[in-house]
Amino acid sequence: MSETVNSKVDFQTMEEILKSFDYKKSYLIAMLQKVQAIYKYLPEEAMTYIGEHVDGLSPATVFGVATFYAQFSLEPKGKYEIKVCDGTACHVRGSLPVLNAIKEKIKLEEGKFTTKDGLFTLEIVSCLGACGLAPVVVINEKVYPQMTPDAITIILDTLMKEEQ
Amino acid sequence: MGKMIINGKECEFTNERNILEVIRKNGFNVPTFCYRPDLTKDFGACRMCVVEIDGRMIQASCTTPPAEGMVVKTNTEKVRSIRKTILKLLLANHDRECTTCDKSGTCELQKYSEEYGITDADVKKFVQRKENLPVDNSAYTLVRDPNKCILCGACVRACEEHQGLSVLAFTNRGSKTVVQPMVDKDLAHSECIGCGQCAAVCPTGALTVKSYTEQVWDELMNPEKKVVVQFAPAVRVAIGEMFGIEPGENMTEKLNAALRALGFDLVFDTNFSADLTIMEEATEFLGRLNNGGKLPLFTSCCPGWVKFLELKHPDMLDHLSTCRSPQAMMGSIIREYIPQYYPEFKPENLVSVSIMPCTGKKAEARRDEFKRADGSYEIDYVLTTQEIARMIKSAGIDIKNIKPEKADSPFGKYTGAATIFGVSGGVAEAAARTAYEVVTGQELKDVVINDMRGTNRVKTVELDLNGTHLKVKIVNTIKEAEKCMREIKEGKADYQLLEVMACPGGCINGGGQPMSCNDSEIKEKRARGLYKDDETGELRKSHKNPDVQELYNKHLEAPNSHKAHELLHTTYSNKRKDCYISVGE
Repeated sequence: MSETVNSKVDFQTMEEILKSFDYKKSYLIAMLQKVQAIYKYLPEEAMTYIGEHVDGLSPATVFGVATFYAQFSLEPKGKYEIKVCDGTACHVRGSLPVLNAIKEKIKLEEGKFTTKDGLFTLEIVSCLGACGLAPVVVINEKVYPQMTPDAITIILDTLMKEEQ
Repeated sequence: MGKMIINGKECEFTNERNILEVIRKNGFNVPTFCYRPDLTKDFGACRMCVVEIDGRMIQASCTTPPAEGMVVKTNTEKVRSIRKTILKLLLANHDRECTTCDKSGTCELQKYSEEYGITDADVKKFVQRKENLPVDNSAYTLVRDPNKCILCGACVRACEEHQGLSVLAFTNRGSKTVVQPMVDKDLAHSECIGCGQCAAVCPTGALTVKSYTEQVWDELMNPEKKVVVQFAPAVRVAIGEMFGIEPGENMTEKLNAALRALGFDLVFDTNFSADLTIMEEATEFLGRLNNGGKLPLFTSCCPGWVKFLELKHPDMLDHLSTCRSPQAMMGSIIREYIPQYYPEFKPENLVSVSIMPCTGKKAEARRDEFKRADGSYEIDYVLTTQEIARMIKSAGIDIKNIKPEKADSPFGKYTGAATIFGVSGGVAEAAARTAYEVVTGQELKDVVINDMRGTNRVKTVELDLNGTHLKVKIVNTIKEAEKCMREIKEGKADYQLLEVMACPGGCINGGGQPMSCNDSEIKEKRARGLYKDDETGELRKSHKNPDVQELYNKHLEAPNSHKAHELLHTTYSNKRKDCYISVGE
């Protein structure tokens, strides 16, 4: 991931985050969430900074926590985060065709989660708790119920047009 | 206080933290992987220590505190079957190339698999993990092979609890869990200081000392080459263990003989350059004291400690003594003067090898500061105690019964002050002996400073050199050293000399010593061995070493002279860029 590192992460922002949590080790997850809220992912410098400046942590232990939880991403995320639910209800009601339609529409490369242009990130998530609306897709916190391949293609088309 | 029954025998317990300790104290044993007496005891990762407790069924003995009237059975059908299942599952995901593994013979997984009669068919019932993870061979010091890791967490705890560095951590989750440094960094680019304490507690071959024995064999077998060797203080009291000799027995003269039998052309003692270190460091210290130099002065013998400062506290480097470590001093002295004393040793055919209790010394020898004009290094190869013992075994040398021999001259003699360099507090004690006589001009009668001895991680000693009052702080482990750095930065340090050794107890417990799994009894025996060597020797003060005096008279003039600086001192630099992509710098 070092080639994707950019110097966006600045000392002052990190210092403010750590200060707001009193430099306490027990707030590590909250710190990481805040970092991710700002940068959309956890840059290596940010994890190193926390590891070096919080007592009882090291860059490696921060990395260990970051890789333990699915909520943290170590790669930059796209402008639109698409979450496709593949819980039991969504699965039986056809989440996989929806997923394939999205992959095709945003031209996602095999093995990648984010598109080359940095516009979309695709994630498969377990149950979102909206089984009555299955299959569900969430794009940047907005819920799209009862999706079909056609419907999601239209939605993505609209987003892409807005971006042009 | 209470009584419990173990395998039908009534056993007393007092303040033991868990029933595993009670079991072992009473002559029984259960297998363990993750249990290490010096580290967090109730980690409970491997579950090999399960026992059957009446009324409680099966429990891990390392996490269960003893209780009155407890009835424990350590070897029932049930627990044996659980242990066998654990072994089978571990082996199913394990690189089982035992014959070519560095840990073969000392591996605990190998040992228990044999004891519990695990067969190939047992293991093949399970599907083996397909992907092979890359082996990290990047560092000069250690090799990390995640395919042999059983996730017992001993290394993670050693790095955190001894050094406070946590270079290694559990990453990812579930079946994908790996113990590794930050992101995809290799050890060479992590903040690893190379102390090797992780390898010292690793039950398998996942963390091993990088071996240079083949290269050294090649040099020894090459008739064109002249190979010179030196060995460190702590080696002599530990190497015997690999040949069934009690820890602490002084093997100096037998080792001299064994090294000659191996084919080394000249055998010197790093203790000689430890004496030299005292001459230089004591002079530097008194110079700083009298001329208002930077204090407290830090000792610079330990390569792990030096690297730690370069990585974590580059702003404190001006406290660090500019003296090279004894290994490096000997390295430069050999290069400079051996061709003068022994004309058949020419600069182009001289090979310099050192034997150390330490894994970090391998990296120290590869520092840019010790690089020669032709790109080679002053010391060509650094072997650990483990490696040289293996070479002696493979050459069929009976070190137990070999006729003792003296080291070669002119760099073979040593004093008791030098030999105690191998134990935490020893450098300070040796320096104090010389400093006293230099400052007061009087003879020091009682050379032993008891307050500087003992296994404590922190010792503070006040000295009175006839009116000159000094305070010396002695710490071992980097965790304690870090606390000192804070003290100094906060202006709370009232001492003038700080001795740091990275390994718990000092070099006697180095990462390259024979496997002792941090057993404190072995550690103490080795320390006693060095103190005994000091007591029984004729000379106990570094400045009384006749070889050292001759070196100054003939070549170096005086401690801290221009020539001495050139050969015996070095420089340090901020090494953060090698390791961190960090913000704010």
